[in-house]
Amino acid sequence: MTSYRLATGGLVNRAAPLAFSFDGKPMAGLEGDTLASALLANGQMLVGRSFKYHRPRGILTAGASEPNALVTIGRRERTEPNTRATVQELYEGLEARSQNRWPSLDFDVGALNGLLSPFLGAGFYYKTFMWPAPLWEKLYEPFIRRAAGLGKATHEADPDSYEKSWAHCDLLVVGAGPAGLAAALTAGRAGARVILVDEGSMPGGSLLFDTAMIDGMTASDFAREASAELQSMPNVRLMTRTTAFGWYDGNVFGAVERVQKHACDPASHLPVERLWRIVAKQALLATGAEERPLVFGGNDRPGVMMASAMRAYLNRYGVAPGKATAIFTCNDSGYRLARDLEAAGIEVTAIVDSRPTAPPGYRGRPRVIANAVVCQTKGNKSVSAIEVLHDGRSETIAVDALAMAGGFSPIIHLACHRGSRPFWSEENAAFLAPQDLKDLRIAGAAAATVGIAACIQEGSAQAAAILSELGISCRPAALPNVEAEEESRPAKPLWSIPGIKGKAFVDFQNDVHLKDIGLAVREGYGHVELAKRYTTSGMATDQGKLSNVNAIGLLAEARGVSPAEIGTTTFRPFYTPVSFGALTGAHSGYHFQPVRKSPLHDWAAKNGAIFVETGLWYRSAWFPRGGEKTWRESVDREVVNVRQNVGLCDVSTLGKIEIFGADAAEFLNRVYCNAFLKLPVGKARYGLMLREDGFIYDDGTTSRLGEGHFFMTTTTAYAAGVMNHLEFCAQALWPELDVRLASATDQWAQMAIAGPKARLVLEKIVDDDISSAAFPFLAAKEVSLCGGKLHARFFRISFSGELAYELAVPAGYAESIADILMNAGAEHGLQPYGTEALGVLRIEKGHVTHSEINGTVIPDDLGFGKMVSATKADFIGKVMLEREGLKAADRLRLVGVRPLDPTASFKTGSHILEKNAAATLENDQGYVTSSAFSPHIGCTIGLALVKRGPERLGEEVVVWNGLKSEYAPAILCDPIFVDPTNERLHV
Amino acid sequence: MASLISCPHCGARPKEEFTIKGAVLSRPAADAGHQAWTDYVYLRDNPRGTHREYWHHTSGCRRWLVVTRDTVSHEVGFCQDAAAAKLAEVRP
Ligand SMILES: [Zn+2]
Repeated sequence: MTSYRLATGGLVNRAAPLAFSFDGKPMAGLEGDTLASALLANGQMLVGRSFKYHRPRGILTAGASEPNALVTIGRRERTEPNTRATVQELYEGLEARSQNRWPSLDFDVGALNGLLSPFLGAGFYYKTFMWPAPLWEKLYEPFIRRAAGLGKATHEADPDSYEKSWAHCDLLVVGAGPAGLAAALTAGRAGARVILVDEGSMPGGSLLFDTAMIDGMTASDFAREASAELQSMPNVRLMTRTTAFGWYDGNVFGAVERVQKHACDPASHLPVERLWRIVAKQALLATGAEERPLVFGGNDRPGVMMASAMRAYLNRYGVAPGKATAIFTCNDSGYRLARDLEAAGIEVTAIVDSRPTAPPGYRGRPRVIANAVVCQTKGNKSVSAIEVLHDGRSETIAVDALAMAGGFSPIIHLACHRGSRPFWSEENAAFLAPQDLKDLRIAGAAAATVGIAACIQEGSAQAAAILSELGISCRPAALPNVEAEEESRPAKPLWSIPGIKGKAFVDFQNDVHLKDIGLAVREGYGHVELAKRYTTSGMATDQGKLSNVNAIGLLAEARGVSPAEIGTTTFRPFYTPVSFGALTGAHSGYHFQPVRKSPLHDWAAKNGAIFVETGLWYRSAWFPRGGEKTWRESVDREVVNVRQNVGLCDVSTLGKIEIFGADAAEFLNRVYCNAFLKLPVGKARYGLMLREDGFIYDDGTTSRLGEGHFFMTTTTAYAAGVMNHLEFCAQALWPELDVRLASATDQWAQMAIAGPKARLVLEKIVDDDISSAAFPFLAAKEVSLCGGKLHARFFRISFSGELAYELAVPAGYAESIADILMNAGAEHGLQPYGTEALGVLRIEKGHVTHSEINGTVIPDDLGFGKMVSATKADFIGKVMLEREGLKAADRLRLVGVRPLDPTASFKTGSHILEKNAAATLENDQGYVTSSAFSPHIGCTIGLALVKRGPERLGEEVVVWNGLKSEYAPAILCDPIFVDPTNERLHV
Repeated sequence: MASLISCPHCGARPKEEFTIKGAVLSRPAADAGHQAWTDYVYLRDNPRGTHREYWHHTSGCRRWLVVTRDTVSHEVGFCQDAAAAKLAEVRP
C-alpha cells in the first residue's frame, strides 16, 4: 500500500485542485500543498535515487532539512535542479522530474553501485587518490562523475529578475511558530518596529499541524488570527516565504524572500527572489527544533519518515502515510503521532519504544513493544515490513509506513554563525545555542523549550526583555489558554542500535552509513572535523541538518565520551542554499557594471567611431572612413593627419581634480616629486606622483588657474585612485594644510586639438589672443568662446609632440563645441582621431603611459631623474627613492627599439636579448612596453625597459617573443622618434 | 555579507561603501632615518584584538576615518574623522 489523501482534514483547499506532473506522469494536488505532500497524496513514495549507491529514496521530512526528495522543477530556461519537494509550493502546471537515475526512476542501472559499496566507504576519495594515477583518470573519475550526482543546471540564461534590499527594525523575529508569533505580538503591540520572517508560505510553524486548542481555537486558527493582528500593525512587517540564512557582524541578518518561486509564470514587474539585509537592534531566534532520525538498517527506504513530518502531512495536508503504520521512538513524541493517526482512523500497527516502558499516561489502543528496536526494514521500493528485536527475539511486522522519532535538536544555526560554539546539554540531550550572545536571544523549541504554552510564554517574555533593553515600555499581555495533550519530555538519545542488519544511514544525502563512522574512528579520523571530511557526513547540500547530531553521538559512543567532548563542526552561512540569482541581484547582463560614456560619446558615434571598453569607459578607438578595410588603415591616416594637418581627440576620460585653498601649492609640492610651489598662475606643468616606496604612481598635467586654485589631470585608469590618495594626504597626513579637493572628471569635457594647423582652427572660435607670443607652450587659462557665449579652460599642452591644445568645456556643451570645431577645421583638414592614433603619436614622441609606469619604475628609469626635486624638504616617496637598489646601475631604463629590417615587427611584451644570446632568464635584458606601427618612421617602433638602456643606444639586439618563438633583430635607439628637439611644440 | 560602520558624518553605513587602507601609522619625518621609513612603508603588525585602521568613506562623505576594530570579534568600536584625530594628536 502507499500513501494517500484523506477524505477530510488539513489546511489544503479541496475546492482548488492543481494539475502537475512528475516524470511526465500527470498528477493532481490541491492549493496549499507542497510538491512533497502532493506526491504523497498521489501515492508517489519513490521520488529519487541516492547520491552514491542509487538507493530508492522517498520523502523523509516536511521542511527545509529534506535530504532525499530533491527534484528538478520547471522547464527550459526556468529549470531548477535540486529543489526540495518538501518546501516547494505546488502550483498549476508544475513539472517535476526525479534526479540521479538512468534510464528511469523505477529501473536505475546505477543501483548496481550498491554492489560496489565495499569500495565506496569512508575515505574512498582519499584512498583512490593513492592508487595509480592513470587508473584515477581513466577509471575512477569518469565512474564517480557518472555515478554520483545531483540535478543538472540549465545552460540557458535566467529570464527572471532579482532584487536586493535593506530593512531596519528594533526587533527581528526569525520563525513564526508559537514562540515567534507571541514575541512579535508582544513587541508589535508595544509599538516597536518589528520584522517577523518565516520560511513557510503561511505563518504558524508547528501550529499548522498541531492538534492543540488555543483560546478555544484550533492551533492553526490561532496562528491565522495572530498573523492577521500583526499584519494590521503599521510598525510590523510580516514576511513569509523568507528564509533568514545568516547572522553577520553588526547584527545584520541575510534573508532571501521567494517572491514568486511558487508561480508557474512569474510576473515580469516583480523579482522572483529578493535578497534582504536586515539590520536589527535586537533579534530573537524562534526557529524551532529538528527531529532526529534513528540509525537502523534500511532507515532510508521510501515509507520511512520523521514522526513530526508524518504529523505535518496528516494534519496540515490531509495525507495519510499508509494503511498500516509503525512508529519507532526513543521518547514520548512518537506517541503524539500515534494519537493523531488513531484520530484519523489510520491503523498503528506497533509502537516500538527503546525504553523499558511506555509513558505512564499513554492509553492508546496500538500495541506498544517496549525495550525494543527496529533493526531493519524490508521491501523493494518502499517499506513492506520491519524487523523488531525485543525480549531476546526477532519479530517481523508487516507495515507500509514507518515513523522514526529520535528526539529533537534545536535549530541554532544562526546563533553560531559569528563564531560562538554551541554546547551539549545532557539534560536536554541536545546541543544548545551559545549563551550570552550580543543582541540575539533564543526562544521556544530553539531553546529546547517544550510545549506550545511554554513556547508562547517564553516568546512573549523574551520580547518583553528585549523591549526593556531598547527602552520601550510594554504591558504584559494575558497568555492564551492552551489545551494540549501532555507534552513529551526529552529522553536519553538512542545513538547506536543493537542488531542492525543492512545499511543504516547517518547522512542520507551523502550516503554515509553507520559503518563509515566506525571506520573513520578506527582509521584515526575520529575528531569531528576529520570525521566529517573523511566520511563526507554533513557535507551535502543539506549541510547535515538531520545527520550531524547523530554523527556526533555515534562518534562519542565509539570513543566512549560525551557528545560535549566531541563538539560540533563549524556552522556557517547559508542555512539553506541561496540561488546565485538572489546573490547577484540586479547585477547581471547590461547592469553587470556601470557604463561610463564621455560627454563626447554621441559626437564620436555620429562621426563613425569604433568604441573600445577601457575599464568602465567606452572610448572612441578610431574613426573609419570610406574605403578603409582595416583598423590600421584608419589609424595610420589619423596619425598622419595630425602630423600634417590637425586632429581632434576626446580626452574627457582623464581624471580631473579641482584643488583649492591657501596651501594648495604647498600640498601639490608634497604630492608630486617635482616642484610646484612656484608654478606661475596661467601655467601648466607635467607632474610626476610617486608612491611612498619611491615608485611612480601616476602622471598628468596640473595647471595653476589662480593663486589658490589648481586643476589637476590624472590618467584615465588612476583617476579614482589618485583622488582617494590626495584625500588621504589632505585629511590623514596633513590636515593642517588649507586645501580642498573636488573631482570634476564628469563635469568637464576635454578635447585635444593637435597638429600644425591647430591654431588656425582654434583662432576661429577662441575669442582671446592665442598667438604663440600671447599663449606659449604650457600656457593655461580660462578663455571665452564664440564671441563670449561660453567660457572654457584652455591649455597648450601636447601628448603627440605637435603644436597642440586641450580645450575643456562644461560637459553639457561638449557636442556643440566639437561640432563647431569640426566645421571650423574642415578647411584645414581637421579629422577626429581615436585612442589608437593617440597611442601611436605618443609612442612616436616617446611619451609614457601606464604601460611604462607599471609599478616597477622610478623617475630616473624613464629619464625623469632631473625632474625630482633635490631641494624640497619632503614629498611622497622622497626618502625611499634614495634606497641603494633604486640607484643600481643595471636598472631597466627607457629606450626606443626598432627592427633592423623595416618590414619586420614585434609585439609588446617581447623580451630583449643580446645578439646571439640564448633565450634564458639570465640573459634577459628587458622587455618591450609599447609598440606600434609608426607611419612617420615607416616601420614598427617600440618603447622598452632595458638594463642600462640609455647607455646602449645603437646596440643591436634581438627582440624575442617566447609565446610565438619569434626573433626580430633590432636596434636600441632614443625613445623620441619624432622631433627630438621639440621644435614643433613651440611653433 | 554585511558589516556596519558608524561614520561620524553619515551614521551607520554598510561596509561596501568603505575602502580600507590599513593600520594607522604616523608618517615619519623626512630625516627620521632608513629604519623608521622601512617600518612605515613595509612592516605591519598583525594584532589579535584591537586594531586602529584607516577607512575611507569612498561612496559616502569621502572622508578618511580612523576605525577601531577588533580583529577577533569584528566589533567596530570608536570611529573618528582622520583629520580630527591627527589634529588632536598634534595640538597638545
Ligand atoms: Zn561618511
